[in-house]
Amino acid sequence: MAQQLRPSKPADKQSKIDWSRRQEAENFAETVKLFRQGKINDDMFRRYRLQHGAYGTRMTDDYAMVRIKVPAGQIYPYQLEKIAQLSEMYSIGSAHFSTRENIQLHWVILEDVSEIMQSLADVGMTSREACGNSVRNVMCSPMSGVCKDEIFDATPYALAIARFLLRNPICQALPRKFKFNFTCCEKHGMIRIVDVGLLPQIQEINGEKRKGFKIFLGGGLGNRSFVGHQLEDFTPVEDLLYTSMAVIRIFDRMGDRKNMSRNRMRYLVNDLGWEKFQNLVLKERSVVKATQSVIVKLNLDDSVNEIQRPISITDESASVPDGYARWEKTNVEKQSQSGFNSVFIGLEAGDITANQLRSVAEIIRDYSAEGFARNGFSQNIVIRYVHDDDLKSMYSKLLETGLAKTGSLTMASAVGCSGTTSCNLALTNSHRLAKEVQRKFLELNFDEDDDLKDSTIKISGCPNSCGQHQIATIGFYGGGGRHGTNMFPNYTMSLGGKFDEDTMLGHHTTRVPVKRIIPVILKIIELFKENKQSDDTLAKWVDRVVNGNESSKITGVEDIKKALAPLIVPPNIEDEPDFYMDYGSDTNYHTVTGKGECAA
Amino acid sequence: MIDSDVPIINSKLLREKIQENSIRIIDVRREQEYQQGHITNAVNLPLAKLLADDSSESIQKIAQDLGISDETPTVIYDDTFGALSSRVVWALQYIGHVDVKLLDVTFSQWTDLGYEISTEVPKIEPAIHSVKINSEIMATAEYLEKVKENKNVVIIDNRERLNYLEQHIPGAINIPYRTLATEGKIIRTKEGMKTLLKNRGISEDAEIITYCGSVGTLSGLAYYALKSIGVQNVKLYVHSFKEWKSLEKPIVKQENANYWDLSAE
Ligand code: HEM
Ligand code: SF4
Repeated sequence: MAQQLRPSKPADKQSKIDWSRRQEAENFAETVKLFRQGKINDDMFRRYRLQHGAYGTRMTDDYAMVRIKVPAGQIYPYQLEKIAQLSEMYSIGSAHFSTRENIQLHWVILEDVSEIMQSLADVGMTSREACGNSVRNVMCSPMSGVCKDEIFDATPYALAIARFLLRNPICQALPRKFKFNFTCCEKHGMIRIVDVGLLPQIQEINGEKRKGFKIFLGGGLGNRSFVGHQLEDFTPVEDLLYTSMAVIRIFDRMGDRKNMSRNRMRYLVNDLGWEKFQNLVLKERSVVKATQSVIVKLNLDDSVNEIQRPISITDESASVPDGYARWEKTNVEKQSQSGFNSVFIGLEAGDITANQLRSVAEIIRDYSAEGFARNGFSQNIVIRYVHDDDLKSMYSKLLETGLAKTGSLTMASAVGCSGTTSCNLALTNSHRLAKEVQRKFLELNFDEDDDLKDSTIKISGCPNSCGQHQIATIGFYGGGGRHGTNMFPNYTMSLGGKFDEDTMLGHHTTRVPVKRIIPVILKIIELFKENKQSDDTLAKWVDRVVNGNESSKITGVEDIKKALAPLIVPPNIEDEPDFYMDYGSDTNYHTVTGKGECAA
Repeated sequence: MIDSDVPIINSKLLREKIQENSIRIIDVRREQEYQQGHITNAVNLPLAKLLADDSSESIQKIAQDLGISDETPTVIYDDTFGALSSRVVWALQYIGHVDVKLLDVTFSQWTDLGYEISTEVPKIEPAIHSVKINSEIMATAEYLEKVKENKNVVIIDNRERLNYLEQHIPGAINIPYRTLATEGKIIRTKEGMKTLLKNRGISEDAEIITYCGSVGTLSGLAYYALKSIGVQNVKLYVHSFKEWKSLEKPIVKQENANYWDLSAE
C-alpha cells in the first residue's frame, strides 16, 4: 500500500462538560403528546416547553424554535456538525447564531423537538433553561483568554457558574429570565446590560495578588432598559458563587411575579433604589455564607487548554487570494499570544447553512490551535489561535464556502433579531433589514473605512430589544406607520448607544420608514463626514451630537432630525407602492402579532 | 432472492451475493459517473431515461433491455441519498416486478465501507418482462383529492421545510427527506423510524400517501422508509406537487411570516 504522506488529523478535542440529560428528551416527547391530547393546559405546557428551550413560532402552534445553549460560547467541531445535520433534518437547512451565544433552529415541528434533544445529548449539548424564567445561557466574551486588555481569563468561571446553576432547584421558578455575562475587558463584553455582568480584576492585598471581579447588577434591555450598577469595588473569586446566589435569592423572593411586563430584576432595583438593593445583596450574601451547612464550591476547571498548532497545511507558494488584505483588516484581531490571531466569521444576521457549518468545523480542525471555536456577541463565530502563517490559507478556505464576508469587526455587520421571520411579537422584518444594510455597506466598501469601524447598527423588530438596538450607535426598532389609510413599516431610530465602560442607551431621534433606512444611514454618515474632526470616528461624533457637545454645523439631535426630515416623508402609494411593503414581502404592510411569550 | 417482505437489502448481504450472476444490480447515476466505477456487476440506468417516459410500456422496455425478466432478482442504488434508486424500485414494482430491492447505502457509502467496485461493464442479455400493473402503490391527483379528508389517510410532503411552508397540499404534514436518513445509511433504523411516526402521531395502520416536488424521488425514499417498518398501505403520488399545482388544485401557505429570510442560502 502507498505510504501515507500526511499524518491523519488528531482526534477532535472534546468538550469537558456534558450539559445534557438524555431523559429530558423522552419526557418532552411524552409531554407534547399529553398536551396535544388536551391533558395538559396551555399555560402549563408553555412553561414546560420554555424551560426546555423551545419557543413558540409566529402565528402557529405547530412549530417551535429550539434554542441550543452554548455556555461561554465554547463550541466544538463535532457539535457544529451535529447542528448542521439537525438543521437539515428538522429545521430549514440553516441555523442561527444569536446575540447571546446560543444557536437556534427555527420552524421545527413541535413533535420533532424531542428528537433534536436526543441528538444534542449525543454531543453533550442542551437547550434546557434557554428560554423561560430561568438563568439563560451564561455568556463570556469570545476574546476571553486571548484579549490584550484582559486581566485574567474569565472562561472557567463562566463555565463553573453555568454548571452550578443549570437544573439547580433555586433557578427553576424565578420571577423572570436572568442573564449572566462575563467579559475579558470593557470593550469586548456587555456587562452593564444584563442582570449580572462580571469583569475580571486583580487586587493586591498585603502583597498578595487576588483574583476577583467587578460585578454589575440590574442592567437589561427591553421595553424599558437600564444600565447596571457596580456592586462593590472588588469581589474576590471566593465570593463569586455566594454573590450570585445572594442576588438570585433576593430576586426570587422579592421580584414581581404578577406584572409580567416589568418583572426583570432591573425593575426591582429601580423600585427599591440602588442603595437599598445593594445593601440587601450584601446582607444576603453574609447570610448565604453563614448558613451553608456544607461548603458549596464552584466546580472550577482552570486547567490550561492545550494549544497545538495543527499540522501546517499552508502552501508557501500559493498566491495571496484576492481581497485578502481587506478581509484581514476587518475580520482579524491579534491575540495577546504572539503569532496567533482570532478570526471573526461574519454571517448575515447570524444565519448559516448546514454546509457552511460543516466547513466551519473542518476549518477549526485545520487552523485553530485550541481546537474549538467561540460564539461571538454579534451573531458571529470566532475561530481563535490561528497562526500568522495560516491566515492566507484559511482565508482561501473560507472563500470557498462563502464564509469570507468582510467587515465582521466593523459597522457593516449589522445585527437583526428574528422579526417577522419567526417571532410572534414582531412588527417588522428586522432580520432581513439587517441583511440589506450589511449588503449595502459591503457594496460601498464601508467596512474599510476606519471612521466607521467602532460604530454599530442593531435592529429589533419591536420595542423588546432582542436586536439590542439601544446600545447601537445607530439603532432601530420596528413599528407601523400610517399615511392616509395605508400602513407602512416604520422604525424608531436611536442614536449614540454604547456598551463599553460608558454604557449609554441611545437617544430616540426620529421615526424612519423601512425603505428609507438605508438612505437615512447614508445621510448620517454624510453629515458626519462633512462635520467631523480630523481623527474622529462616527461613534465619537454621534456621542457628542446626542450629548449636545458638538460645535460644528450639527450641534444636536434636532439638527440631525432637520437634515433627515425631507427623506422620511411618505410618498403616495400610487407613486411608490414599494414604500408600503416590508422587505421580503410583496403585499402591502399590515401589522399582525400573536401571543408573546417573553414573560412566560 | 432474499426472503423478506421488506424491499430493502443490506449492503453486507449484497456484497456476499454479488457473484451470483442471476442478480441484476442497477446503478442510477449518470453514465459518466458509472463509467468511473460502480458496484461490481452493476449496469447503468440514468434516472433521466426513466423519467423521459414513465408509462408502463416504457418501464417494461427498460427492464427488458436491462435483462430483467419477471423472476430476475434486482437491486438498485444511487448516490443521491437513495431518492433516485427508490424511484426506480417503485417503477419496477409498479409494473409488477416482485423481487426488487433498494440497496440500503449509497454508492459513496458503499465505497466508504471499503466494498469492491469495478469499471467492467457486464454484458446484458435482453429478457422478456410482463406488465401486471400494481395500482395499489400509486396515487393520482384525483385519488388524493378524493381521500384526503378521510380520517385514516395521512398525506406526507417530503420536500424541505421552507418549500413546504411556502405551499403544500391542504392537510399534508411535512417530513423532509433529510429526516429519513441515518449515519451511513439511506434510511433510519427501524426503531428510529417508528419513533418518528409515534412522535408525529401517525399510525402504522393508516393509509399513507407521500409526495414531493415533481417526480416522486424524495417521496419515493419516504415510501420505502415507511415500507422498511412494514407499513402496509403506502401510496406514492408520483407526479407530486408540480402536477397538483398545474391542475390548479387547492394549496395552503403558512401566512404572515417571512421564513425565507432566515435562510442563509
Ligand atoms: C417582551 C418580550 C421579550 C423581551 C423583553 C426580550 C428581550 C431580549 C433581549 C434584551 C435580547 C438581547 C440579548 C441580551 O442582550 O439580553 C433578546 C434576544 C433574543 N430574543 Fe428576545 N425578548 C422577548 C421576546 C422574544 C420572543 C417572543 C422571541 C421569539 C421567539 C425572542 C427571540 C430572541 C432572539 C432570537 C434573541 C437573540 C437575538 C438574535 O440573535 O436573533 N425574544 N431578547
Ligand atoms: S425584538 Fe421583538 S420582534 Fe425582535 S425577536 Fe424580540 S420580541 Fe421578536
